[in-house]
Amino acid sequence: MDNKTAAVKMRNITKTFGSVVANDKVWLDIYRGEILALLGENGSGKTTLMNMLSGIYFPDEGEISIDGKEVVIRSPKDAYDLGIGMVHQHFKLVDVLTATENVVLGLKEKGKLDLKAAAAKIRAICDQYGFEVDPDQKIYDMSVSQKQTVEIIKVLYRGADILILDEPTAVLTPQETDKLFAVLRNMRDDGKAIVIITHKMHEVEELSDRVAILRHGQFIGDMPTKSTNAQEMTNMMVGHSVTLNIERPEPVDPKPRIEVKNLTVRSVDGVLKLDDISFTANSGEILGIAGISGCGQKELLEAIAGLQPVESGSICYVEDNGEREELLGKDPLHIAEMGVALSFVPEDRLGMGLVANMDLADNMMLRSFRRGHSFFTDRKSPRKLAESVVKELDVNTPGISTQVRKLSGGNVQKVLVGREISSAPTVLLTAYAVRGLDINSSYTIYDLINRQKAAGVAVIYVGEDLDVLLELADRILVLCGGKVSGIVEGRGAQKRDVGMMMTRLGGNKADE
Amino acid sequence: MFDFVSFIPRAVVQSIPLLLGSTGETLTEKSGNLNLGIPGVMYVGAISGVIGAFLYEQSVPSAEAMNGVLAIGIPLCASLLGSLLMGLLYCFLTVTLRANQNVTGLALTTFGVGFGNFFGGSLIKLTGSEVPSIALSATSAYFSRSLPFANKLGWFGKIFLSYGFLAYAAIIIAFVAAYILRHTRVGLHLRAVGESPNTADAAGINVNRYKYVATCAGSMVAGLGGLYYVMDYACGVWSNDAFGDRGWLAIALVIFTIWRPNVGVLASILFGGLYILYLFIPTGTNLAVKELYKMLPYVVTLIVLVATSMRNKREDQPPASLGLAYFREER
Repeated sequence: MDNKTAAVKMRNITKTFGSVVANDKVWLDIYRGEILALLGENGSGKTTLMNMLSGIYFPDEGEISIDGKEVVIRSPKDAYDLGIGMVHQHFKLVDVLTATENVVLGLKEKGKLDLKAAAAKIRAICDQYGFEVDPDQKIYDMSVSQKQTVEIIKVLYRGADILILDEPTAVLTPQETDKLFAVLRNMRDDGKAIVIITHKMHEVEELSDRVAILRHGQFIGDMPTKSTNAQEMTNMMVGHSVTLNIERPEPVDPKPRIEVKNLTVRSVDGVLKLDDISFTANSGEILGIAGISGCGQKELLEAIAGLQPVESGSICYVEDNGEREELLGKDPLHIAEMGVALSFVPEDRLGMGLVANMDLADNMMLRSFRRGHSFFTDRKSPRKLAESVVKELDVNTPGISTQVRKLSGGNVQKVLVGREISSAPTVLLTAYAVRGLDINSSYTIYDLINRQKAAGVAVIYVGEDLDVLLELADRILVLCGGKVSGIVEGRGAQKRDVGMMMTRLGGNKADE
Repeated sequence: MFDFVSFIPRAVVQSIPLLLGSTGETLTEKSGNLNLGIPGVMYVGAISGVIGAFLYEQSVPSAEAMNGVLAIGIPLCASLLGSLLMGLLYCFLTVTLRANQNVTGLALTTFGVGFGNFFGGSLIKLTGSEVPSIALSATSAYFSRSLPFANKLGWFGKIFLSYGFLAYAAIIIAFVAAYILRHTRVGLHLRAVGESPNTADAAGINVNRYKYVATCAGSMVAGLGGLYYVMDYACGVWSNDAFGDRGWLAIALVIFTIWRPNVGVLASILFGGLYILYLFIPTGTNLAVKELYKMLPYVVTLIVLVATSMRNKREDQPPASLGLAYFREER
């Protein structure tokens, strides 16, 4: 690797947003024919750094040179002209346009707009790298992975040979991830330079040739992936050593808390989302819910929280003294008062639960403003709560009067989960609590959930990462197409078996 | 029997200001700018044309001495310039300074109407006329001149050929605008800017430039609507506030045509027809009922709004970023 010249050299790059220093004198080299993994905690400035390379932001200080020549990248167009293409975490696609229209968007080719020729060229790119996309399909009809494919094609269509992918696997299923990685390896062998931003250590180890690590906006170091390991990388990211094992204490005195019987839910369009679901969630226990995304996880949690109209079935809340109360038909406010807390982290993070334009303290108030007895709202306790969440979860923010939208994605999530846990629930429903979070924050969240469990809370944990579910949950309920595919003990469960159950009802029972 | 041969031409002349206004507003909205200042823009377009025509008529000794090219060219340029300035003002406030679009638009409407009435009133004072209006009949004659053989073709000539050149220009502009939006690179980029400016920006499209150009071009087209109204429809007679609520109707028409200028050609005639339908109901009908007839265009717009939102087809929705300011480094 020593004899290669760097395709991109970034030197002394500094970028500040107001009083927040996002990047502080960062050095980074990117080489052709190599996949570079850019690592760092949430808010460590990875995305900001790459945005400066792709022309979204303009650096306050520092130089960027491409193939040894110093350049100034003022806009995304400049970046494209230099062969730099970025696939953003939040897709930059126009929903009402077709794939082809999105791909040719912004191109200044000569002559008339010829969508047919463009579509043919897109098909050629698809064949070359093994994508499956219909150029004439509208974006709003596409799945997340198809949209991502369109993004990648868009970059390739422009002849980019320096490719940046910002957390490309965050929204993909394991199968889709494998496909994407195969494509990326193809491109690398084609001589393209590829940068991938990710939090998932096993992906880094599986895919990348080299890793570069940022911490608090500063460049910590880079090294070949082969000569390092997950533990060392994590330590460099965090700045001190952390243990990579998730604890799973034995449940304390489990008693049934929520009993779901024959629950059936249909979506507005009449599609069956949950089909005859029955299970019991115990206090002092973590019930993991596994399943390919969109198999009814969201509907299940929302049904329990009273947000989702139910077609038939029953959801019973069992109190400590054995008294039972039906939750169906109660309004969400009442259910929440009974101690059922829902922390759902949607794909766009801010969509549910937090108000982007309000500050941390005010967002805390969203849960508590009804509790005051006087005519005026109580502002003191939310402020205290915000302060303690910031401190305990190590939220990277200038202060509690910062608007939530100014925080990086992971920090937003910490605020949401922190608030839900703070309401001292008896049932904690959480979905994708660690989505997009870095390792250190994820472990903080696991720890928080475990503490809730020790306090006798019934935790229902919907997760994406099967490895984590297997380590964290006491029991795992596997959903498959809205049906219960099986409930397995977390201890001793095999990843392969659970994976099979996710794709097929009951998994491999026939073989056994 | 309902008299279509006299009804349709009247509906058409009524429809042209609406068509120009809505084509202009559609272009503007496609860039994500909700210009509620369109009524004001049309008003300014009208009064600017009147000022131009007035100055020219005053500068020549008699109507016979007027040059046809100048008689049309001066008011036309004055009108385009006036509405362009309004569009620029709107863009400067909403795009460059990122002011709230609704507030800016409404302020511009108030301003435009006030501007028109102020200068309209001044001109009326200058002419010292008895009635509160000025008549520019010489200029109007040039604007409303139709093809010489139109009269000889009976009902066909009356329905299709009896209009001034601006009416045909309006229809051509609408079709050209529709073609640009659907089939050209510029149109594709413009739609992208209105749907998702940060996507367009990331794709290397100059968002602010598209917003400026589309909004200013849209304002100029809408301003022509004002010019047509006073020079052709009203036979060159300007009186304050006569333009009425046509500007709002043009904005309603944008929604009615689900942001398609080519649909606007027929839809505006429908609106024009509904607008004057009360004149064609049998005499002796209760006056209150007459007023109800005037509601029809708005009722139809409401029905279309309900229908399109119920069908919920993505292509029929307003541009997604309509009304929102764009700033690249916003997070």
